[in-house]
Amino acid sequence: MLGKSWRIRLITHGVLLLGILIVAFPIYMTFVASSHTMGEIMNVPMPAVPGTHLVDNYWRAIVEGPATGGQIGPVGRMLFNSLVMALGITIGKIAISILSAYAIVYFDFPFRMGFFWMIFITLMLPVEVRIIPTYQVIASLHMLDSYSGLILPLIASATATFLFRQFFLTVPEEVFHAARIDGAGPLRFFWDILLPLSRTNIAALFVILFIYGWNQYLWPLLITTHQNMYTVLIGINRMLAVGDEQADWPVIMATAMLAMLPPVIVVVLMQRYFVKGLTETEK
Amino acid sequence: MQKRSLFTNKLLPYLLVAPQITITIVFFFWPASVAMYQSMESQNPFGLQSRFVWFDNFVDLFKSPNYLQSFWVTAVFSAAVAIFSLLIGLYLAVQADRVVRWGVVYNTLLIWPYAVASAVAGVLWLFLFNPTLGVLAYGLRQMGVDWNYLLDGNQALGLVTMIATWHRIPYNFLFFLAGLQSIPRGLVEAASIDGAGLFRRFWDIVFPLLMPTTFFLIVVDMVYAFFDTFAIIHQVTQGGPAGATNILVYKVYADGFLGMNIGSSAAQSVVLMVIVIGLTVIQFRYIERKVHY
Repeated sequence: MLGKSWRIRLITHGVLLLGILIVAFPIYMTFVASSHTMGEIMNVPMPAVPGTHLVDNYWRAIVEGPATGGQIGPVGRMLFNSLVMALGITIGKIAISILSAYAIVYFDFPFRMGFFWMIFITLMLPVEVRIIPTYQVIASLHMLDSYSGLILPLIASATATFLFRQFFLTVPEEVFHAARIDGAGPLRFFWDILLPLSRTNIAALFVILFIYGWNQYLWPLLITTHQNMYTVLIGINRMLAVGDEQADWPVIMATAMLAMLPPVIVVVLMQRYFVKGLTETEK
Repeated sequence: MQKRSLFTNKLLPYLLVAPQITITIVFFFWPASVAMYQSMESQNPFGLQSRFVWFDNFVDLFKSPNYLQSFWVTAVFSAAVAIFSLLIGLYLAVQADRVVRWGVVYNTLLIWPYAVASAVAGVLWLFLFNPTLGVLAYGLRQMGVDWNYLLDGNQALGLVTMIATWHRIPYNFLFFLAGLQSIPRGLVEAASIDGAGLFRRFWDIVFPLLMPTTFFLIVVDMVYAFFDTFAIIHQVTQGGPAGATNILVYKVYADGFLGMNIGSSAAQSVVLMVIVIGLTVIQFRYIERKVHY
């Protein structure tokens, strides 16, 4: 009996380690490639252990930009753009969703359900199905190549509104009555009571939305034409577009590592909130 | 649906919903209605003239071999991504559910690729399978495979399927693990006392209880494969070679944005919209049933 349970445990850990290996392999190879020179990478098969040009490659990526592929500019600027976009989308979505959920749950007013359904329908209109017209709207508002153009079209969110609505419905009515008796108006009630109670939900949403915002690709691809406005993911795409030349792989791999770092750190450090956010926003 | 006791302000609720409703109208309803109008319009390539053609664009679409090919490619691609990532995610979750010590470490290490952008996932694998300098491409050549996904359509479709599956495993893993952990231990132990073996316990007890999670994951994995894989296709194959990886979303972008064929692209957008609405309705009807369960 003991022998059998040992065998099962061995298989369990073996399978999990193999899974982790498969999951991590491409990322490890990217890290290795980001520490070698172009010559070392071109010598197929490339080395399996990190080389000595790590600092050099990351410095070149962040400050100078890639050597081939025309004017792309430094990755430092792109990382900044990605951060502004990610934070803008995250904070914007949370702010407008919590306000509209508050109105829908705590106020009785004409068209309340109409507004609720308007927000609901946005679930069925992802940016991918309205690419050209949304681009035209942004162009006519003169928001191409701007932070507001990158952020605003992506901050309407049915899921965040639902999450807050769901949560507000679980807040006991006694809380509301106690606040009324103490003479709190609607804004005071929201600010002093509801907002602090929503802390965990906001943290969970923050993790999910930050990853969502940082990883946006199609939309920045359409509306950023100037290298000063490239996000880091668009930068990587432009670095690959070198025609017949060989792309500057060490710098591209360093950039890919830098592009992965912020969302991965957020997931690892805030794993509890991440799991909560993922399982609650999707259902 | 709503609290019984409410604030009675007249203006405030409108101010509170105003930001979200404004964004929704300007960036969702307006563009979506423009898409519907444009889908019934024929524009010349310079956008100078246009005329209303009713459903001609849709008729043209479903007569076009390219579009039908794109439909077929999308069906194969999304089914393959959903099936593979479900099976692998489930298998890993079953193993992780058994681990008592180190469980959190395993979970973290399996979950974190979720945070990697599709666009980056594409580049990581593109580098490994690059016909000139990729390590795995080298390995394949050593094994006698004539590897060049830039020329071979099946290889290209296989490659993007593998990338999307890899990218999707953490998500499926996480939901299956949560599903497994919500199954009462007593149930499985009782079966064990009754003499049911490992496989029998899984098949007769655990798997039926995981069905709701599985259905949910099938739908969201399909949505993922339909829409969120745009970046992978754009980075790795650009829909090629010869349309072998030209999924519907990529074709909307390529025809509309690169080919400037606004009418056809808009008609394709409307078809996609219908698909999204269908998937969302399935998802919500099913969830409603689960609530009454």
